[in-house]
Amino acid sequence: MRYLPHTDKEIEQMLSVTGHAHLEDLFSHIPDKCRYQGELNIGSPISEWALTDYFKSLGEKNSVSSAKAVLLGAGSYSHFIPEIVSDLMSRSEFLTAYTPYQPEISQGTLQGIFEYQTLTARLLGMEVANASMYDGASALAEALLMAIRIGRKKNTVAISSSIHPHYREVVKSYLQAESFTVIELKTDKKGRTDLSGLADIDGLAAVALQSPNFFGVIEELQDAATQIHDSKALFVCCFSEPFSYGMLKSPGESGADIVCGEGQSFGMPQSFGGPGLGMFASSKKYQRNLPGRLIGETQDVDGRRGYVLTLSTREQHIRREKATSNICSNQGLCALTAAAYMATLGGTGIREMAKLNFNKAEYLKNGLLAAGANLLFDSPTFNEFTLSFDSDFSKTRSRLLEKGIIAGMELSQFYPEYKDAYLFCVTETASKDTLDTVIQEVLL
Amino acid sequence: MKELSELDLPENIFYSDDHEWVQKTGDTVRIGISDYAQDQMGDIVFVEMPEVGETFEKGDEFGTLESVKAVSEMFIPLGGEVVAVNEALDDAPELVNSAPYSNWLVEIRPSNDSEFDDLLNREQYLQLLQE
Amino acid sequence: MTLGPGRTGLILDEPLLWEKGKSGRTAFSMPDLDVPEAITTIDKELLGEGPDFPDLSEVDVVRHYTRLSTWNFGVDTGMYPLGSCTMKYNPKINEKMAATPGITASHPLLGDELSQGSLKILFELQNLLTSLTGMDKACLQPSAGAQGEMAGMLIFAAYFRKIGEKRTKILIPDTAHGTNPASAALCGFTPVSIKSKADGTLDLQSVSELMDEETVGIMLTNPNTLGIFEESIREVTACIHEKGGLVYGDGANMNAVMGIVDFKRCGIDIMHLNLHKTFSTPHGGGGPGAGPICVVEKLSPFLPVPHIVKNLEQYHLEYDCPDSIGKLHAFFGNFSVLVKAYSYILSMGGKNLKKASQLAVLNANYVKESLRDTLQLAYDMPCMHECVFSDALQQKHQISTLDMAKRLIDYGYHPPTIYFPLVVQGAIMIEPTETENKQDLDQFIAVFKKVTDEARENGDILRNAPAITKVRRLDETLAARKPCLVG
Repeated sequence: MRYLPHTDKEIEQMLSVTGHAHLEDLFSHIPDKCRYQGELNIGSPISEWALTDYFKSLGEKNSVSSAKAVLLGAGSYSHFIPEIVSDLMSRSEFLTAYTPYQPEISQGTLQGIFEYQTLTARLLGMEVANASMYDGASALAEALLMAIRIGRKKNTVAISSSIHPHYREVVKSYLQAESFTVIELKTDKKGRTDLSGLADIDGLAAVALQSPNFFGVIEELQDAATQIHDSKALFVCCFSEPFSYGMLKSPGESGADIVCGEGQSFGMPQSFGGPGLGMFASSKKYQRNLPGRLIGETQDVDGRRGYVLTLSTREQHIRREKATSNICSNQGLCALTAAAYMATLGGTGIREMAKLNFNKAEYLKNGLLAAGANLLFDSPTFNEFTLSFDSDFSKTRSRLLEKGIIAGMELSQFYPEYKDAYLFCVTETASKDTLDTVIQEVLL
Repeated sequence: MKELSELDLPENIFYSDDHEWVQKTGDTVRIGISDYAQDQMGDIVFVEMPEVGETFEKGDEFGTLESVKAVSEMFIPLGGEVVAVNEALDDAPELVNSAPYSNWLVEIRPSNDSEFDDLLNREQYLQLLQE
Repeated sequence: MTLGPGRTGLILDEPLLWEKGKSGRTAFSMPDLDVPEAITTIDKELLGEGPDFPDLSEVDVVRHYTRLSTWNFGVDTGMYPLGSCTMKYNPKINEKMAATPGITASHPLLGDELSQGSLKILFELQNLLTSLTGMDKACLQPSAGAQGEMAGMLIFAAYFRKIGEKRTKILIPDTAHGTNPASAALCGFTPVSIKSKADGTLDLQSVSELMDEETVGIMLTNPNTLGIFEESIREVTACIHEKGGLVYGDGANMNAVMGIVDFKRCGIDIMHLNLHKTFSTPHGGGGPGAGPICVVEKLSPFLPVPHIVKNLEQYHLEYDCPDSIGKLHAFFGNFSVLVKAYSYILSMGGKNLKKASQLAVLNANYVKESLRDTLQLAYDMPCMHECVFSDALQQKHQISTLDMAKRLIDYGYHPPTIYFPLVVQGAIMIEPTETENKQDLDQFIAVFKKVTDEARENGDILRNAPAITKVRRLDETLAARKPCLVG
């Protein structure tokens, strides 16, 4: 097998050094009752060529392989990935490197992630950012745990019901075993979070909103910040589509204390939802409470600028049970990919792309409204929006599916109270032709 | 690491078996860490201290010392209420390394005078270190 | 210095992204605006300036990351004998399989019918992992080993809640990886440390004394973090089960025992695997990895939701799992990492996976025997896929483990794991993995011997090492005292 380089002769020579007669003898001290019985039921090795055919057929079993367009976001976004980003991130020095614990031979990863931290902080309007969490959902859970740590004796958090349903479930999983309370805040008629009951909640450590939220609605973050700070809680703002900050006011500028969310849009293919990228940022005064890895700038013995993992005493390998989080790995390569993507877009590019997404989404939205659909919420949106239909949209959707267009997702599977409502997303990857086809089908 | 003979161990203060020093300052006491403790820790990068007004019982954890690679909890040698913390250490934790006896960590009002009897004098502390 | 692959080389410097670039440059091929510009219905209050990102040309970006990559050492560059990390070769074909277009474009919320390919991958991989471990059911959702541990701890908590017992403590050996007590604490358990025996293994006596009805069970690693097989594992797990507890197995060291040990027979109730260790997925400079868990049947109702099931020839996502601990990931886990591991297992086949473990153990024992007079062997007993030494023999020359590690870099090696596990002072843990050939191992051994010679004859070379890297002995104290996390 091409990954097992030992020849029989070499094995023999090595066994004579270790003092064994056969390979099996290396395991003679393992009790019989612990042993695997029989051979592994895993089959024969598959050649590179047969493997490629097999995976191709698996890909074809996914309808999307022949789809022209997927007009759905909900936490996983279709964006163009520049060739240079894929190419540069496949360099094996980035790909096959370990965690940068030996900084002298990991400056590529370290400077790359330091740049990621910086660009992330700038994007979100915050003072510091970490080297990433697993995904947007776990990042939100960790943000709430961080707020609870900062709040010391406060054990309650309030999260908006317009946050991505899966993110809310992950929060509940993370906070289930301890004595924490998670309260869900209602969504109002405008599709925004109802913060009116905050004053009545005792021991409130944090309030979390998502913007744009799951319905695509842009929350009024500045107002929210005021109300949340009035109730002496921290404001956690999360997101699933970072492109929105190419156009919208950043959460940092709006008064958020901790910002977290999903960075998959920045150069990672959708890949059935993973790996994602948990972007995470906060105010500088909380930096020692941050979970996850942190890269810091320093100097070497000759006075040269360099980068190292720092503030490690927060982490599991030192603090063990008192760590700020149990997280060990970050999403290393994904963070580097996002940085390369942000660098490729540049400041000018991200603004243009944000506008492009917005324009295309508005085109479809307005086209469908003219064709008889209704806004579920009369509020501004970015590249996702929710519409309700008087007629049976599911039939239209099936016809569009036959044409290779996946037109949105039915909302009732997550929000049973909204009937005949569909969540759509339009990014730069959807052509005008596609959008016109959808509008035409609805008009029929 | 310093040899025993190289350690600075002033005469006129008390020590705890947890390597802190205690000095009476009127009806309060100041607490810091001994030269041995700072030497063992290595470069201190951060000192986590309690808030003024917090009360502790003898033996409670009242803060931590962080070096790059380790964290050391500090246990209070006398019970009492915190009346002051040394804020200079926020920006310059290295002061604890360079002058461990001039840079106190916390000042407390002791709640139980009899706990003084359990403290060590210089000779007793030196004996402890020799073991 | 002709031993080892380390030489000098031209290293190019490269500034930070925002130190280069000029406003107006672009590296992105902007798609056409083929729809009319929308009238902004968004309130001006909600609009922002956009982020302060540098503008770079395509050549700027390419040079930047190409140069950065030359400062990194990867498995493709050279040997990475990091104990407990299993830095084996990362096959390129796995990358290609994960990049299959129908797989990369797969949106996670299209419903079962439109995602049969992706669901099949999940289902098949689940089966392969349960087959490999001897366990009953698997869940691929956890994004890393630490998250797998968290899932395990949440399952423990859910199980005892279900049977109406209140247990708050958990036993953890003092040799455990830091994620173990951290994960346990995150789930509300109080870790109780068990001191290992003098030979580095679990003390059955201690376990038996400490296990009681207030303890959920034990979190152990087998082979343990010292690379030693816990021969008393069945007795330990029996002891835990007798008092109604559960056993969590940290499967980080699976590379030593594929096709050789059956974890269910050992008495493990839940275990995680690190796909980025045993199953060759690349480390990516710190992730993404994957930490799937395997459980015995009685714990399968508690597995994270959704469960992937197969009815007739169709694959389904089952969300109706009332006892489930819930979700840990927004979707199904680090899917493309799972694809890479699946591709690896299929490429190897059963016989080669077992052979891989045998050769991994052979390589480690070969290194152990070859270096036993050069470095102080921490435990003189059979090791599995990794061996542990210490700097005890070098201390008389005032040379530490750190010094030797830094000098190995000059010779062209990534250092082994140092200062872990904590029970060995000045630990040096070497895990060659099975993908290193005998010649390369011999070269590594010769180099380590040379380094210890240098320690004796001219210690300053080590204390000032590495000499030829881009940066040398970075000031970590400064980085921690005055953190500068953004530029």
